[in-house]
Amino acid sequence: MTDLAASPRQESSLTALVRHSRYVLGENPVTGFAFALFVLIVLAAVFGPHIVPYDPLASDTSEALKPPSLQHWFGTDQLGRDVFSRVVVATRLDFFIAVASVALVFLMGGLAGVAAGFFGGWTDRIVGRIADTIMAFPLFVLAMGIVAALGNTVQNIVLATAIVNFPLYARIARAEANIRREAGFVEAARLSGNSDWRILTFQILPNVFPILVVQMSLTMGYAILNAAGLSFIGLGVRPPTPEWGIMVAEGAQFIVSGEWWNAFFPGAALMVAVFCFNLLGDGLRDMVDPRRRT
Amino acid sequence: MGGPDRPGHDDHNERREMLTMIVKRLAMAIPSLIGVVVVTFLLTRALPGDPAVYFAGPAATPQAIQQVRVNLGLDKPLIEQFGRYVVDLAHGNLGTSLTTGQPVATELRNRLPASAELTLLGLIVSIVIAVPLGIVAATKPNSLIDQACRVISTAGVSLPVFFTGLILVYVFYYLLGWAPAPLGRLDVFYTEPPHVTGFYLIDSLIAGDPGTFMASLKQLILPALTLAIFSLAPITRMTRASMLAVLSSDFVRTARASGLSAYTVIITYAFRNAMLPVITTLGMVFSFLLGANVLVEKVFAWPGIGSYAVEALLASDFAPVQGFVLTMAVMYVMLNLLIDILYGLIDPRVRLEA
Repeated sequence: MTDLAASPRQESSLTALVRHSRYVLGENPVTGFAFALFVLIVLAAVFGPHIVPYDPLASDTSEALKPPSLQHWFGTDQLGRDVFSRVVVATRLDFFIAVASVALVFLMGGLAGVAAGFFGGWTDRIVGRIADTIMAFPLFVLAMGIVAALGNTVQNIVLATAIVNFPLYARIARAEANIRREAGFVEAARLSGNSDWRILTFQILPNVFPILVVQMSLTMGYAILNAAGLSFIGLGVRPPTPEWGIMVAEGAQFIVSGEWWNAFFPGAALMVAVFCFNLLGDGLRDMVDPRRRT
Repeated sequence: MGGPDRPGHDDHNERREMLTMIVKRLAMAIPSLIGVVVVTFLLTRALPGDPAVYFAGPAATPQAIQQVRVNLGLDKPLIEQFGRYVVDLAHGNLGTSLTTGQPVATELRNRLPASAELTLLGLIVSIVIAVPLGIVAATKPNSLIDQACRVISTAGVSLPVFFTGLILVYVFYYLLGWAPAPLGRLDVFYTEPPHVTGFYLIDSLIAGDPGTFMASLKQLILPALTLAIFSLAPITRMTRASMLAVLSSDFVRTARASGLSAYTVIITYAFRNAMLPVITTLGMVFSFLLGANVLVEKVFAWPGIGSYAVEALLASDFAPVQGFVLTMAVMYVMLNLLIDILYGLIDPRVRLEA
């Protein structure tokens, strides 16, 4: 009797999580597929430079603009560089830009939004005004302006992508913090003599974070598209650095003469990555909030 | 759900309500516009190093830089500089481009119709495809069309817009030869139609020149289609979700129970109510479209304001970029204002709340 009652409790939270995840993935094979793709992208980002068959920067003009073959799976570009190697190596940079910008906006927008929702008053008004001002711009155009003004570097692409996503995070965090401000457990914490800051850190933030994490995975795809768009028009990443956006831009001039592989493969990699993040984000959202399934 | 017919609510009152609503919306746009002006001003001051060096261009002498500093008032305190900036804006002065030597405002005005024609046509094509698709998907949930609709809305947001454009060029120009080369608004063999609206499609019709009309339409199809594919996803998704919500509401059930035809129920009852959230989504769609426009213009060498800004960016010519960001933001604020007012005109409930 006691054994029976104790056994579920003995199961560690890790095994419970694994079991729950397996159940969810079984229910939703698309999310499982997206997760497998995600693992592949992470592997390419981590080990990419060590496993590619060619040096992504080594040019060989005698091999320039060769279509895909057994030697060069994705063909070679105008300088004879192996497109496959470049596409794989570029994963790290693109993935880094997306993760860094999303993490940055998670901190900025999340904290500002939670503070606005919890304290209200002036904090709320200032955060709201900043968010509204950012929203008054078409987002990609604002990102262009920010990178142009701050300087043409990868760090500024990360920063610009974070800034244009700020209103989204701030609004969600604000709404979630606001509805919890008067919740029973917050009142209880307050009556037990906790300060505002302590309540914010230990009661409100842990409750708002899971919702923002879902938002992070939903925004990852947009972040990659935004960064690739900026480097496509020549901002941020400079040649000969392998990066998907700039590779598509370099390959674009050969499209009209029929050398499609130069632009196609990096573009396809970009598309697959964004598709994967979007599917994963939708799946995560379904897990956290099944009502919003569409 | 339907509009309330309140007795004693005459035309005069209604017109006054509508005016109040419009005035309030206009007032709400003013803080946005102020924010936009402040941000574009701050962007120039955020330049690393000396803004005068930046504005003077890469090959300027120290004298030229000093000249620029005095001309731009950069030796004055920040608040005075801002005052100057606002006064310049009020006079329609956005500075001068270094590379072309032309006033930025003039160039933006000359190039704006090209961008506007492209964006609007893209949006129209998108709405024409997305709205019926969303309606059919909502009326037949889990059917083949519904599944297709879901694939389109997920794939659509995953496609980088410049990539879609390049694939279209490869297929329809290189492989099939149906489309002309992606090089601008008009083939070199045609002369541009006399300027009336700046939209080649409309101007060539006014001039009664079907040849030029067809030629400019051919150049427009691929870039407009690229933008349409890009904005298809949010509009389809919203139409479907909004139709689903309306179709399950009480008044639709009543209409069905009263024996009205499926067409009347779906189009007259459900569709008109379902369109309201879709109109609101258009604001977001415009934000994406105006950004995507820049990328599409680069792919198709389209002589609009986006490619103007990109050329200036690469030449470190900042005044056009600043002017471009400001123009886009002001247009976007105005479009949102227009959408809000349109919404108020269509939906009496919004008017009453105002």
